[in-house]
Amino acid sequence: MGFLTLEGVSKVYGGLAAVRDVDLAVARGEFVSLLGPSGCGKTTTLQMIAGLVEPTGGRIGLDGRDITREKPNRRGLGVVFQSYALFPHMTVAENVAFGLEMRKVPRAERDRRVAEMLALVHLANLAERYPRQLSGGQRQRVAIARALVIAPPVLLLDEPLSNLDAKLREEMQFELRRIQRSVGTTTIMVTHDQAEALSISDRVVVMEAGRMTQIDAPYRLYEQPATAFISTFVGKMNRLAGVWRDGGVAVAGTVLASAPADVAAGAAVTASIRPEKLHLRPMGEGRLAGRVASRFFLGGHWLLTVGTEAGDILVSVPNTGEEPAREGEPVGLDWAPASLRVEADAGAAA
Amino acid sequence: MSRSVATPLMLASPGAVLFAGLVIVPLVLTLILSFLAYDHATGIKDSWTLAHYVHVLSDSYYLGIFWRTLRLAALTTLICALIGAPEAYILSRMRSPWRSVFLLVIIGPLLVSVVVRAFGWSMLLGSTGLVNAALHAIGLGPVRLLYTETAIVIALVHVMLPFMVIPVWTALQKLDPMIEAAAWTLGASRFSALRRVVMPQVSMGLLSGSLIVFGLSASAFAIPGLLGGRRLKMAATLVYDEYMHELNWPLGAAIAILVLVANLVIMLAYNRAVEARARRMLG
Repeated sequence: MGFLTLEGVSKVYGGLAAVRDVDLAVARGEFVSLLGPSGCGKTTTLQMIAGLVEPTGGRIGLDGRDITREKPNRRGLGVVFQSYALFPHMTVAENVAFGLEMRKVPRAERDRRVAEMLALVHLANLAERYPRQLSGGQRQRVAIARALVIAPPVLLLDEPLSNLDAKLREEMQFELRRIQRSVGTTTIMVTHDQAEALSISDRVVVMEAGRMTQIDAPYRLYEQPATAFISTFVGKMNRLAGVWRDGGVAVAGTVLASAPADVAAGAAVTASIRPEKLHLRPMGEGRLAGRVASRFFLGGHWLLTVGTEAGDILVSVPNTGEEPAREGEPVGLDWAPASLRVEADAGAAA
Repeated sequence: MSRSVATPLMLASPGAVLFAGLVIVPLVLTLILSFLAYDHATGIKDSWTLAHYVHVLSDSYYLGIFWRTLRLAALTTLICALIGAPEAYILSRMRSPWRSVFLLVIIGPLLVSVVVRAFGWSMLLGSTGLVNAALHAIGLGPVRLLYTETAIVIALVHVMLPFMVIPVWTALQKLDPMIEAAAWTLGASRFSALRRVVMPQVSMGLLSGSLIVFGLSASAFAIPGLLGGRRLKMAATLVYDEYMHELNWPLGAAIAILVLVANLVIMLAYNRAVEARARRMLG
C-alpha cells in the first residue's frame, strides 16, 4: 500500500484517451519521475494528482484517503509549474508566504517559516525582489520554496527544469535532489528528459501514449528496458533484427554471440546492445569486423558508427586520452555475450 | 546632411497638417470665440470679455448640468467596470469557437450607429415600450424611465461596455493561465484566487478601460440628447443648445472650453495615478 496511489486512473478528452488505466503506488519520501515524450499523458497525470484535471475514471488515494474528487485547494499538495506561475505583483517573500496566508498561519510564524524556506533554497537575500527581477534559476527556486513552505505531503514538479539552460539545469538537478532529501517530501516529477529522470529519481515511470509501460529504478530501467520504445528513448541502443540459431543471433549470415534466451531455433528475434557495451579492437580481432563510418567527439567519450555485415552499429568509446580509429579504418568489435539481449519478436513463435 | 533633417519633417507633415487643421485650428477658434462679447440684439461683437465664463461659473443652472455630467459619467464607468470585468474574465475562460462568437457579440453593437441604438432604447423604455408593457403584465404600474437619468445611464453602459471589456480582456490574455491554478494549489478558494492573484493583474486594464469610458461618457451627445429629452441636459447637449437654439455662440464656446479643461484635468490626474501604479507593478 503506497502513500500516494493511483488505481485505474484515466482521462478521456472528447473520445481521445489522454491517460489510460494508470496504476501507481508511491512510497512515503520517494522521488518518482514520470518520463515520456510530449503528448504521452504525463502532465495530465500530474494535473489529476494536483486536482486541476478531473479524472474520467479510477481512484486517487493519499495516505489512505480518497482524494479523487477533492478540490485542489483542499488537497494541500505542493505544485511547481513549468512556467513557475509566480505571482508577478508580489515579492519573493510574499509569493512564498501566500500558501501560509491562505492557511491563516499567524504573522510571526509565517515570517519565520518563509525565512527558513528561503534559506533552504539560498534566496534569503532576494526576499524583497519581484519575480521579474530574478534569473530563471532563481525564479525556479522561488517556485519550489512556495510549494514546499506549506509542508505538503506530496510535491509535484511539472517539467521544472525545462526552461533553464543546459549548465543551470544540471546544477538544479542536484539542487532539487538536495532539497528533496533534506525535507523528505514525497515527490513526483514530470519530465521528457531521460538523463534528468535517471539522475535524480528513486524510480522512473515511463509513459507511452497514455499508458505506463515500465516502472523501475533508473539502473534497471536502463539495463532492462521493457519495450523497444524505452530501449531507444532511455539512452542509445543498437537494435538488430535476426533469427535465433546455434545459441546466438544470426544477422545477415553472421551469428552474434548473445545471452542465453528461451527462444525456439529459427524464430525471428531482435538483438539489442548498448553502444558502451561494445569494445573496439584492432582489425581481425573481436567477434565482428567492420569499418568506421563516422566519428563524433563528445568530450567524455567518442561515438562511432561502425558499418558491419550485420548493419550500422553505434559504439561508444571512453575518452582515455588516445584517439580511437578514424573514419574509414577497419576495426573489430567485441562484447560480453551476456550484454547482447535477445527478445522474440511479437507474433513469432516462442 | 540637410536632406536627412528635412526627410522626417516632410514625412510627418501630412499628419501634422491634418492634426493642425482638424484639431488645433478649431480649438483655437473656439477659445477666441469664448472671449468675444455677445448681444442678443446685434449678435457677436468685436470686443473682449470674460463675462461668459463668469456667467457659467456663477449660475447654478450650468453648475447643475456639469455636476450631472460628472455624476452620470462616473456612475457609467463604475457600472461598466462591475459588468465588464467579470464579462472579460468569462470570455477569457471560454473555449475556442465560443470565445470568438461572444467577442463578436460584445463588439457587435459598435457596428450600429449610436443614434440608432439610442432610438432602440427609447422604444424599449418609453411609456408604452417593452419594459413598461412587461411591468404592466405582471401587475406593476407604469414606471417613468424615458427622459430620466436612469435611461441615460442604461444606454451609456450599453454603448461603453466594449471599451471596458476589451482592455480587461487584453490584460487577461497576458496572464499566465497557470497562475490561478497555482493559487488554488496553495489553498486559495476560487474567490481568493480571483481577488488576490487575478484582480491585481488585470487592474491595469480596468483602469485604462475606465479612463476611456469616463472620457467618452462625459462628452456623450447622442444618448443624453435622445434619452434625456429637452430637460435633462448634459455638457455636450448644453453646448449644442447654446449654439443652435440660443444662438449664443460665445457662451457655448465658453462652456465647451470649460468642459474640455475639466475633462482634461480629471483624466490627466487619473492617468497619473494609473501610471504610478504601473511603475510599481511592472518596474
